[in-house]
Amino acid sequence: MQFVRDRLNFLFRSTKGLILVAVAMIALETAVFGMLSGPMAEIGVRDVVVRALRMDLVQAEREGRIIILYHSIAMAVVAIESYMITGLLKMKEFYRAAVRVLVSIGYLMAMIFGMGFAYWGHNWAFHGLYIAGLTLIFFAGVLLTIGLWPWNKETYQPDKAYARTKKGVDMERVAFFATAATTLISAGFGAIPGSFFGNGFEAFLAENIIRYPEKTTMEYSVIGHLHIMLALIAIMITLIVGRWLNFKGILHKIAMPLIILGTIVLNLGVWGVVTPLEPVAHMIIYVGATPAMLGALMLVIFGWQKLIREGVAGIQKPSFLQKLAALVRDPLKFGPLWQMVFMNFTVSGIGILMAVRLDEIFRVWPAREERIELTGHWHVLSAIIATIILLYYGDMIGLKGKVRKLYGWAIIILSDIAFASVTLFEMKRLFITEATQQPLVNTVMLLMDFGLGMLLVILAMVMAWRLADLFKKNGRWTEELGQDDLSAEVR
Amino acid sequence: MKRLIGPLLAVVLLLSACSPVDLNSALPIHETGVDPQAWAVVPAGEFLSGQHNDPVTIEYDYEIMVTDVTVTQYASFLNTALADGTLHIDGDQVVGYYPGDEFHGAKHEIEITAADYAYVPLDDPAARITFDSTAFAVRPGYETHPMTNVSWFGAWGYCGYYGYRLPSELEWEKAARGSADDRPFPWGEEILRNNANFYASRDPFEDMGSFGSRTSPVGFYNGRSYGGYATLDSASPYGLYDMAGNVWQWTGDVYEGQHYRYLRGGSKDTYEMDLRVWVRNNATPTYFSPGVGFRCARGP
Repeated sequence: MQFVRDRLNFLFRSTKGLILVAVAMIALETAVFGMLSGPMAEIGVRDVVVRALRMDLVQAEREGRIIILYHSIAMAVVAIESYMITGLLKMKEFYRAAVRVLVSIGYLMAMIFGMGFAYWGHNWAFHGLYIAGLTLIFFAGVLLTIGLWPWNKETYQPDKAYARTKKGVDMERVAFFATAATTLISAGFGAIPGSFFGNGFEAFLAENIIRYPEKTTMEYSVIGHLHIMLALIAIMITLIVGRWLNFKGILHKIAMPLIILGTIVLNLGVWGVVTPLEPVAHMIIYVGATPAMLGALMLVIFGWQKLIREGVAGIQKPSFLQKLAALVRDPLKFGPLWQMVFMNFTVSGIGILMAVRLDEIFRVWPAREERIELTGHWHVLSAIIATIILLYYGDMIGLKGKVRKLYGWAIIILSDIAFASVTLFEMKRLFITEATQQPLVNTVMLLMDFGLGMLLVILAMVMAWRLADLFKKNGRWTEELGQDDLSAEVR
Repeated sequence: MKRLIGPLLAVVLLLSACSPVDLNSALPIHETGVDPQAWAVVPAGEFLSGQHNDPVTIEYDYEIMVTDVTVTQYASFLNTALADGTLHIDGDQVVGYYPGDEFHGAKHEIEITAADYAYVPLDDPAARITFDSTAFAVRPGYETHPMTNVSWFGAWGYCGYYGYRLPSELEWEKAARGSADDRPFPWGEEILRNNANFYASRDPFEDMGSFGSRTSPVGFYNGRSYGGYATLDSASPYGLYDMAGNVWQWTGDVYEGQHYRYLRGGSKDTYEMDLRVWVRNNATPTYFSPGVGFRCARGP
């Protein structure tokens, strides 16, 4: 009994255990439900999975199922970010514990009961528990926001190397606070229409109504919600990576106000879509997104400079190649920043191109082509966030030597192959006709599946290792049990 | 040498993306027995529309073609209409007059003025008709396949020429779904590979290793076996064929504030989710594709 109690204590009461459980849950869900669409459906795997797991898939409920699937994965990601924030930042113990308890119960309920409701018939008790799970996560967010309150002298930043006000208010904490607070408000933009459309279950996917010239306020709200929530998860992971890499100095002082300003303006723009400001909402969003992305750029510059500086320490006049070698020496530290840069080619750049040439190019194509671009766009952004989390997690669990390099480079290379392929697939109509596209489609689909499939295999190997480790008396888990404070690992 | 294997494989893989597609590769010829000249009557009354089954009443009987317009039918139209001056050749395309739409200046709306518009391109490699400066002909093998590479104007022009019209979205949907229940597909609740021609449905006309999906002759999925390939009878409750898959079908509605025209039914190039009767696609009226065709309606 003590054996089980110790393991459960690690998995559900320690920072790294909680993150491990959430990563494992996402991996499991992605592996199972990833077999229901795309090429897996084409080759017949979906039918086998549906029969083997006795799923009940009603055609008219596909959109609703997908919405629950996205949400259940997103909630686990929100939980991981919450564990990281509560592990990295100073916070009263009450808030740290309450946030973790609520968010853990919340995402597990949302995932288990939500998926049970969506894919295995409609047990309405499950639906209620799914909603209850989402509600708990919201309350966890409220407590997290309170816990992050930056105008508390105990959390003031004494070190002038970091962005701070004259009085000492920690600007980075303000950025965390602003992101958490606006996330709560933006959650409402999904919850309110969710309740509205849920009454009668008229679920829809935003990408399917994008061309309708007249949209209701509730429809605008849903579109705004999905955009801003993903953007806020991305901003939060940027801040987390910044703390992990001990972001400081002049770039930190420039970046934090930019991120705070960008986050607030970005939110105002998105909230504006349900107000008479709708016609100019996109402009406000661009105005907000630009400083937020510049802030992330500062982090990338800082991080890469730091990696180079540390890597060439001891070399008097390092050459360019030596600097480059230093930069890429540790894929787990280089990777998250690289993924942020790569995102510009596969997400932001595509988004900007679509925005500026929408009517001239993209809206000349059928709506279905535009839908492919839209879904590809945010799937890649979500997956990039996931890879950044996995890279940080690899560092967190103490991967060393060749395993560290293999794990890190595999995540970077495999995911980037997949993301680049998705981007080519999205944009194929720019350079190939429908009649002649099949060889290109086959190749990019193969690369996409290879990249993502192998990534899942690597994740499965790590999870298998962690599972086996739990059976050891003095396994890695016993060390991690005492490493609750992630800020102690920041160098 | 071992180090070279990975990069070499990568190069081969990338080159495979650029391999040419033979659009003239041999096409299986099958007689379906379904008459493309046939019409079905859809009686007045209520049906369940859309994904969420909203009751909608169409208060008149109307007729709709049992199959998509075939390449043979369209080539015949082109020849007749070219001869009588309804259509003419402008560069690499056949053009015809369209009287234009009311313009509302809505966001993203593009004005469709009264002018000549392209019906079909003549220089597209995927074209199913040929033109020898005097007459149009069907590319051999495609006689009973749906006419594709036809713009909304070309579909509108064909139907109007014979005194028909394109069906409205609601008319199309009722014809596909019937009025008895809320079925997602014209034939019922579930879709199997031999119900319809959709992406990777493994029908005799596709080769996913080279040219990908191709259309099937109209009415192909009627329960017959073709050289060992058994189809399921997938007619709609009113006896229409190919209301799911094969080609997207232009519908006739012109909505206020938008220039887009709506397409229904999914196609050989889409997954089965797009074959559900309520799924809408849209494109500019000048758009044409190897996966887009149409059928006409008439009455009341």
